Amino acid sequence: MFQQFIFYLFTAVLIASAIGVVTVRNPIYAALCLILAFFSSAAIWVLSGAEFLGIVLVLVYVGAVMVLFLFVIMMLDLNLDLLKEGFIRYLPIGLGAALIIIIEMSLVLHMPTFQIKQPLAVLPTNNTEALGEILYTDYAYPFEIAAVILVLAIVAAIVLTLRRRADVKLQNIPEQIQVRRNDRVRLIKMQAEK
Amino acid sequence: MEALTRFLNNFLPDDLVTFILILLKIALIVVPVILLAAYTTYAERKIIGFMQVRIGPNRVGPLGLLQPIADTCKLIFKEIVIPTHSNRFLFLSAPLLSMGPAFTAWAVIPFSEGMVLANINAGLLFLLALSSLGVYGIILAGWASNSKYAQLGAMRVGAQMISYEIAMGFALVGVLMAAGSLNMNDIVKAQSGSIFNWFIWPLFGLFLVYFISGIAETNRAPFDVAEGESEIVAGFHVEYSGMAMAIFFIAEYANMILIAVLTSILFLGGWLSPLQGLDVLTQLPGLGLFFGNGLHWLALKACIFLFLFLWFRATFPRYRYDQIMRLGWKVLIPVTLVWIFAEGIAIVIGWQPWLF
Amino acid sequence: MGINFKYYLKAFSFYELINGLIVTNKYLTARKITIKYPEQKTPLSPRFRGHHALRRYPNGEERCIACKLCEAVCPALAITIDSEERPDGTRRTTRYEIDLFKCIYCGYCEEACPVDAIVETNIFEYHFEKQGENIQTKEKLLAIGDKYEAEIAKMKATDAPYR
Repeated sequence: MFQQFIFYLFTAVLIASAIGVVTVRNPIYAALCLILAFFSSAAIWVLSGAEFLGIVLVLVYVGAVMVLFLFVIMMLDLNLDLLKEGFIRYLPIGLGAALIIIIEMSLVLHMPTFQIKQPLAVLPTNNTEALGEILYTDYAYPFEIAAVILVLAIVAAIVLTLRRRADVKLQNIPEQIQVRRNDRVRLIKMQAEK
Repeated sequence: MEALTRFLNNFLPDDLVTFILILLKIALIVVPVILLAAYTTYAERKIIGFMQVRIGPNRVGPLGLLQPIADTCKLIFKEIVIPTHSNRFLFLSAPLLSMGPAFTAWAVIPFSEGMVLANINAGLLFLLALSSLGVYGIILAGWASNSKYAQLGAMRVGAQMISYEIAMGFALVGVLMAAGSLNMNDIVKAQSGSIFNWFIWPLFGLFLVYFISGIAETNRAPFDVAEGESEIVAGFHVEYSGMAMAIFFIAEYANMILIAVLTSILFLGGWLSPLQGLDVLTQLPGLGLFFGNGLHWLALKACIFLFLFLWFRATFPRYRYDQIMRLGWKVLIPVTLVWIFAEGIAIVIGWQPWLF
Repeated sequence: MGINFKYYLKAFSFYELINGLIVTNKYLTARKITIKYPEQKTPLSPRFRGHHALRRYPNGEERCIACKLCEAVCPALAITIDSEERPDGTRRTTRYEIDLFKCIYCGYCEEACPVDAIVETNIFEYHFEKQGENIQTKEKLLAIGDKYEAEIAKMKATDAPYR
């Protein structure tokens, strides 16, 4: 009874905030709506027993990704009217994308290829443990591949944005601190001038 | 507690009784935390004053002990100024957003054997998630104030907190590898035995990294570029006044106490007594209660770390912003990675120094 | 350059940080030299320059002869003096006012005075509650002089050997 009440409460908040993301004029509010949506879906996951996933959703998306989103939006000088101009024009494309996502999701959920091959013999009581056991046994290779792709993405992003400028003068503090006498001073034996 | 439950059950439905009891427990945690936060400000002013050969607040009450109460009264009666062209809604909700996570995190802290509000399995993850939420209050405060300084402070905090969260998370990974559980109670119990079973010995590097990034997470000196009073006035809360600013301060000090308590739980055995194993002492009739496990040991350990917070503030000059980033990404994260790797190898070959 | 082991050892053992902490810890227990002001006060020099006062001779005649040297020397133009000739032929002030907002308490008036009439006492705890109170009239200055004459004389006597 109480659980159901909480479930409906969070679902209502989730749906309302998801609608808010696309309808709110102010992009900061839109980002905040998205955060609220993440949060309520995390709460629903926790409610259905997937506490690890729920908390990781908060940790990764709310705690890190959305902070960066907000960061970028805050620094932009946004023209609100321009943003909403083509709403009707782009609506069919948006709906099409949503449809594709729905089809893909149902495929993933119902195709036998994506099902767990064999359920774990002894179910761990702990949600986190259960996920770990599946990730590192049945899905070890996909998991590692995903990790490699992510590392690749990180390295690629850094390489693309890193530029070494020759004209800036920067201190290298460790180097400065580590300097020893021999690096700077050279003692020369000279004949005294007559 | 049980007597209260039975008493309430006489004339109230079960669900309502549970609800009331939970509310009561929350109040039992939150009220002392707020009081402690208030008195941490007093301790800070006194200790830093002493270190600077001053005597600190000494006017209100004996030894100035009523100073926090006087400050609170003053702040309550001050006007909350809302700057023009600021975002009123976000401006007022930002302090609450920073206070919420700071208090919610206390739900999973085990104060003593069985003394915990929510004994959830993924307690450690929960803490990590909540500590990453604290940044929203600050970022939104900075943006909503419509002030350059506040915005600059918010930008600095955003980047800094995300960077140090990674090092903090890795340090926690080391702890959970050693404990084999994410549950806070289990983590404490995994350190039982004697003082040498505490995680601080095998995980000393992670302990240092955790505490340092904890200081950075709470934006305390020497990592307080968010406030940076000499550069950007007061950073994100430059436009705040009265109770709105007080809430920011309560959140900051609650976070500080939280980090101190967490460090003692994760690395110093929480409520476990350092005299464990010395049965001669713990079996003493009267003093045994003191020498045995209990809340007082957690409080004592947390006090040591709180003192360290203040000691650092009195001692170290503020880091420059790029140096903070360098320390976080190029020193702390590699150190944790190496330590976790070594720990993993130790676990695989079965050499677990924390399991005597 | 090679790896500087000494540097890394120093950095990772927090050598310098710990040294700093030891310094602050030393002062934590050091004796505090703060004066708890309203209860304790620091001793004042006999040359202390506080609130002004006008003195009188022991026979009750005011010292000031309206020579206006103080008015002339005052760098802040804080002193205003009007004078008259009394029936007995002496020169005295009718108005002697010091604007304490202008005054910078330099003590030149005291130095300039040939008859030791204007002095700066060591009263430093005073305040004004209304506009205009900052202007100290002749009556007020004389009243202060009468009230603290003993103290002023003592301070003058203490300082006399060094002048």
